[in-house]
Amino acid sequence: MPSLKDLRNRIASVKATQKITKAMQMVAAAKLRRAQEAAEAARPYSERMGAVLANITQAIGGGGEAPALMTGTGKDDVHLLVVCTAERGLCGGFNSQIARLARDHIRKLLADGKQVKIICVGKKGFDILRRDYAALILERVDLREVKTLGFVNADAIAKKVIQLFNEGGFDICTLFYSQFKSVISQVPTTQQIIPAGMPTATAEATDGGSAVYEYEPEPGEILSDLIPRNISVQVFRALLENAAGEMGAKMSAMDNATRNAGDMINKLSITYNRQRQAQITKELIEIISGAEAL
Amino acid sequence: MPEAFKFELVSPERLLVSEQVESVVIPGAEGEMTVMAHHAPVMTTIKPGVVTVKTAEGKAERYVVFGGFADIVPAGCTLLAESAVHVADIDRADLARRIQEAREDVADAKDDETRSKAEQFLSQLTTLEGAILPA
Repeated sequence: MPSLKDLRNRIASVKATQKITKAMQMVAAAKLRRAQEAAEAARPYSERMGAVLANITQAIGGGGEAPALMTGTGKDDVHLLVVCTAERGLCGGFNSQIARLARDHIRKLLADGKQVKIICVGKKGFDILRRDYAALILERVDLREVKTLGFVNADAIAKKVIQLFNEGGFDICTLFYSQFKSVISQVPTTQQIIPAGMPTATAEATDGGSAVYEYEPEPGEILSDLIPRNISVQVFRALLENAAGEMGAKMSAMDNATRNAGDMINKLSITYNRQRQAQITKELIEIISGAEAL
Repeated sequence: MPEAFKFELVSPERLLVSEQVESVVIPGAEGEMTVMAHHAPVMTTIKPGVVTVKTAEGKAERYVVFGGFADIVPAGCTLLAESAVHVADIDRADLARRIQEAREDVADAKDDETRSKAEQFLSQLTTLEGAILPA
């Protein structure tokens, strides 16, 4: 049985922890709002990009002009996985969910006899994957110093991937990130970015695309300029979704932690009060029985 | 007064401009072009340069863009820029850094094709610098 003093210390320490988690929750909430705004601000670009891409592939008509980034190498022997996670922990199952998805994927690929290469974006995913697949990790992109996620960051990652592709480093590239559904729900997702596959023209795109476009320079040339940019945009979107998801997950994790701390304080206070009362009663009995003995 | 049309300038980070304009001058990859209402559908890549927007109210706004492409249809014009800033907000140091990087790219180029591309990009950047610095 812990003494009264022990209990008092315990309560004080849990209270301090609660204050910290409360503060972290509020910080996460503020950051979440900003991350959500950033993700929303980036949406028009990727939407228009998709429409333009659909348009232009229609113009080319899947001819031999399509660049290799779009059609792939025709093999699927070497896979590159770009695993995007958060830089920091304390956000519930956020990072481990993404890592688990990646790990399942890797295991399946390895079982099929494929070669796997990994690029880790974010420290946490790297830490988890390093345990089992350290030999497969090509490199780790550190975004910890980055305050506000810019397109430059995504562009740098995309450039690395494209360079590797041009050197024949892999056949298929898949992006792992967490899709931001809502504050309480983030869904780990995979997305194949190379080969990009032919986007099918949506009804909306064909609507505007009925007019015959003039291309300056040639469609093939525009396309070969567009595809790498599209990859950067995809990576950027993934990073933004991840950032929003991380903050959402952190917010709910910290909310839970604050509530748990509250429950713990309640329980400890009850034990403390009971014990104090017991001690008082004990002392009284001693005094009374002492007086009676006289 | 010329007819107005919808112009949108979008960078990956955000939507910069979305308004009714009279005309837009775009630094196309194969020469500058002025877009007005009912322009024939054109898709073009753009080089680093200055986009001049003349709004329906008659104000002229200038934006610096670093590459991207433009999607022009009779109903409007969408400019997807890799990075875009208002001329007033341009960061000299950032521009200087880009030029420096372009120079390094030229130096690092392994074959003729990439070198000529890098050199072209560098000259576009330096022209751009010349165009906006005295302003």
